[in-house]
Amino acid sequence: MSLVWLIVIPLAAGVIAGLVARRSALAARWLSLLAMIAGFILSVRMWLEYYPHISLLSQQKWIAEIDVPWIAGFGIHFHLAMDGLSLLLVTLTFLLGIVSVMISWREIRDGIGFFHFNLLWVIAGIVAVFLAIDLFLFYFAWELMLIPMYFLIAIWGHERRVYAAVKFFLFTQLSGLLMLVAILTLYFAHHAATGVYTFDYPALIGTPLAPHVALLVMLGFFAAFAVKLPMFPLHTWLPDAHTEAPTAGSVVLAGLLLKTGAYGLLRFVLPLFPDAAHRFAPVATGLAIAGILYGALLAYGQTDLKRLVAYTSVSHLGFVLLGIFIGTPLAIAGAFVTIIAHGISTGTMFMMVGMVQERTHTRDMDRLGGLWQTVPKLSGAGLFFVLASIGLPGLGDFVGEFLVLLGTYRVNPRLAALATIGVLCSTFYGLKFVARAFHGTNRNNWKLPDLSAREIAIVGSMMVILLWIGLYPQPILNTFAPAAQSIEQILAGPPTASSTATPAPPAAPWHSLEPVRLSPPWTPPPRGAGIPARVPLSLPSGAGSRPERSGFGTARAPLPVRGAGSVSPSVSPSAPERLVSPWRSPSPLAADLSGGNR
Amino acid sequence: MNSADFTVLLPLIVLGSTAVVVMLAIAFHRSHPLTATLTEIGLAVAFWSLWPAAAAVPRQVTPLLIVDRFALYYFGLILAATFAVVLMAYGYLERHDVRREEFYVLLVVAALGSLVLVASDHFVSFFLGLEILSVTLYALAAYLTDREIALEAGMKYLVLAAASAAFLLFGMALVYAETGTMEFPALAAQLAEGGAAHIWVLAGVAFMVTGFGFKLAVVPFHLWTPDVYQGAPAPVTAFIASVSKGAMFAILLRFFYQSGSRDLHASLLIFAIIAVASMIAGNLMALFQNNVKRILAYSSIAHLGYLLVAFEAGGPIGAAAGTFYLTAYMVTTLGAFGVIAALSSSGRDAEEIEDYRGLFWRRPVLAVVFTAMLFSLAGIPLTAGFLGKFYTVAAGASAAIWSLIFVLVVTSAIGLFYYLRVVVALYATEPAPDEAERPPLPAVPAMGGLTLAALTGVLIWLGVYPQVVLNAIRAAMSALF
Repeated sequence: MSLVWLIVIPLAAGVIAGLVARRSALAARWLSLLAMIAGFILSVRMWLEYYPHISLLSQQKWIAEIDVPWIAGFGIHFHLAMDGLSLLLVTLTFLLGIVSVMISWREIRDGIGFFHFNLLWVIAGIVAVFLAIDLFLFYFAWELMLIPMYFLIAIWGHERRVYAAVKFFLFTQLSGLLMLVAILTLYFAHHAATGVYTFDYPALIGTPLAPHVALLVMLGFFAAFAVKLPMFPLHTWLPDAHTEAPTAGSVVLAGLLLKTGAYGLLRFVLPLFPDAAHRFAPVATGLAIAGILYGALLAYGQTDLKRLVAYTSVSHLGFVLLGIFIGTPLAIAGAFVTIIAHGISTGTMFMMVGMVQERTHTRDMDRLGGLWQTVPKLSGAGLFFVLASIGLPGLGDFVGEFLVLLGTYRVNPRLAALATIGVLCSTFYGLKFVARAFHGTNRNNWKLPDLSAREIAIVGSMMVILLWIGLYPQPILNTFAPAAQSIEQILAGPPTASSTATPAPPAAPWHSLEPVRLSPPWTPPPRGAGIPARVPLSLPSGAGSRPERSGFGTARAPLPVRGAGSVSPSVSPSAPERLVSPWRSPSPLAADLSGGNR
Repeated sequence: MNSADFTVLLPLIVLGSTAVVVMLAIAFHRSHPLTATLTEIGLAVAFWSLWPAAAAVPRQVTPLLIVDRFALYYFGLILAATFAVVLMAYGYLERHDVRREEFYVLLVVAALGSLVLVASDHFVSFFLGLEILSVTLYALAAYLTDREIALEAGMKYLVLAAASAAFLLFGMALVYAETGTMEFPALAAQLAEGGAAHIWVLAGVAFMVTGFGFKLAVVPFHLWTPDVYQGAPAPVTAFIASVSKGAMFAILLRFFYQSGSRDLHASLLIFAIIAVASMIAGNLMALFQNNVKRILAYSSIAHLGYLLVAFEAGGPIGAAAGTFYLTAYMVTTLGAFGVIAALSSSGRDAEEIEDYRGLFWRRPVLAVVFTAMLFSLAGIPLTAGFLGKFYTVAAGASAAIWSLIFVLVVTSAIGLFYYLRVVVALYATEPAPDEAERPPLPAVPAMGGLTLAALTGVLIWLGVYPQVVLNAIRAAMSALF
């Protein structure tokens, strides 16, 4: 039930806040804030309850689950479920929800009721996206979170808000419709194979699809998630939307909405279409690298602070995409930490820009400068988050990007080298940000109020969280580990007929895969030979000594893969390729590669 | 004819009597509230009579009419929609200085024609129903005789509808000449025996498609739509967009499924081309309109294109998807035109986008209703339109008609653009440039307001919990197979 509360609280609070705002704006603000805090407390409590049992719970898939029939005619269920992946993202959602309400306290003065209605509904939509595992429900929530976001941009945005809002809506809608077609194709393919109409995600895993169909269906999902992520070259809506949105809108967009794309890739694209994703990996990783470099380059070229931060998102989310499609445990864990850390650091960056704009009424670097002299606290905090964004060790973003780079290097050093250039470029735009906005002479002779107590509270807590992730990310990695393992197991899972064109015989219903998936028939390799299947992921300190299973970057890498060579001696004879590549069916290239290594 | 025959025909009989009673009442005592009340009572009784009729279906009454669950479902739809139109029209007509009472007689007769249409399985009753519907619509479209644009709309509709009826008749004649039958099931038997290959049958079906195409307003038979939508009074436009098209789609399903003409390769091809052309042309042309009624007109062309995708998908799922889409579309267009009717003043209808600028900040409830309707047209979740689109795409995917689905997906993304234009205007914070010169917004009539609230409720109910309606539709569609 608590899962339903997580969605119902913001929905109900949004409606009530919208109604009471006519009488008292303050009541609407407090109500929204309390709803967000309630959601946050609820999710943190679930985390605390769950955390001591991680090793036990990794046996069973969900921390919490609710499943009631909804539209029986289509086999649609109201099926919510939570695992470590969604738990952390939901917690992040409510955290940034609190922040969004607080920073709107003074910025938003018109249409307060409708603003909070939209803000809370977009939060509810995002939470529903993270929790829904019935694909219809997921699509429902996916579309639903767009509308309040559209209003947030179109009504409370800046100069070109209508253009930005419409562009945002069109991009996401078109890609969403492609996903709908893909979902339905999967739905009918599942029916053709099993005779059961269902949108249930656990049941749909392992649905047999002909390879070319699987690729097309995978691309349908990928289109929706890549637009949200956003992946180069589908990112063009993002700078406009981020720049024109009000501060709370930017925080929600950068901190949460983009994460739904990454979440979708982790939750749906990899587990549902492991083979197709494998074949598509070279393209995806290539585009990820392009996004990292292009985003960093364009960020350097901006003079509008919000645009600059927006382009850094393109660059950082490139790392997420890279990590996901490299597909090794380390890279995926890195992508996940990047998701969380980027949500906090970039969300706060937008907030800082919002604070600068509120005080100076400009976001243009050419008109700023010398802020340090008048608002030292704000500038210092700004420096902190810029440093986080460029990946200073000790702060959250560093951990994520480092893990991604490490995972990539194991598979394909060239890609890792290219991605590292992106990290380097981030130093340039980061320093430009600080130098042009905060340093220099105070040409305008601004005398501005420094951070208020409310702002210090927000910014300070964000700093603490970033430091925590940067210095001790283990709790996050541990929480994510069971979810990561189930993804890994599907990627490495028992060979199934799904890679062949022939559908599975009806005698072997795919439902029976579920227990198989959760406890795979193959024995994990002995300690030291690969990452033990049930041990939570650990920091990279020990990773150097542990050869790692390589991901599907191998399909492209012409270089011998170091990890693969050292793994092969311990390979159990029944499943040689599986340990070389976590992907179920080796492509001819990958097979060549592993053969060559041995 | 025995008593069971009368039982199943009760909805038609009640509606026919209502027309007579209302006409007599007008003759003796001219009163707008009385006339409207009598009409609503008649419609309500006709709706209630669906239940006794449901106990006796399916039943062939004379060779002309068949009352089965399919017909009953559409009866219910038509009666409910007409009920809503009357409620809207009452407030609308109150503001106009015309003879108001005859409007209701015409409306009831038009609804009667629609009922005959969906219950017919014979060329004669088909044509009869169609003409009853069309002839009353000419008069309804031109009802506000003081408006030139309304007269133009009526004339245009008259000329084009008469021409298309001629095509339809000629097509029927050709099919009859070749097969020797006018009954749909008998036709199916003839076609199955190889009559399908004959050139006259093909030509006849092609001519009939013209007739269907005109009434459904699909490309290339759509030219009347924007002018009639714009010129006719808002409640009449609502009626044309919902009831008239709905009844026509019902007979399209029945004729093509039951006569076996749908299995002709040629007719599938023709409808596929029409569907693609409608989706593309409707959505593209709507982009360039500044008149909300014209936007809705072009959007209706596109929506009928989507409906034809469901028709193309075929089978029980295609028919059910089409019917669900149509149900959703009827609720939505009624709501959208209801808002237009509620905001229209005696001089002119509220039809320019500028009329809606900043409506949310002045009339939040009305603006939210209109937003819900526009989002439903765009197929956004929580609304009936979303599930309709979902069902249609599902039907298409089950039949693997990928090219049509692809066109549907791309064009509905284009479609979003013009719906959003209206939505943007609704929530605009800066006033229109000529704000000061505009007359103040008229008060929303109580009945119209209630109707809109009810329609919005149905819209969200269909979008969130459609199980009840889905079951009804599936049961109804089983009559076709």
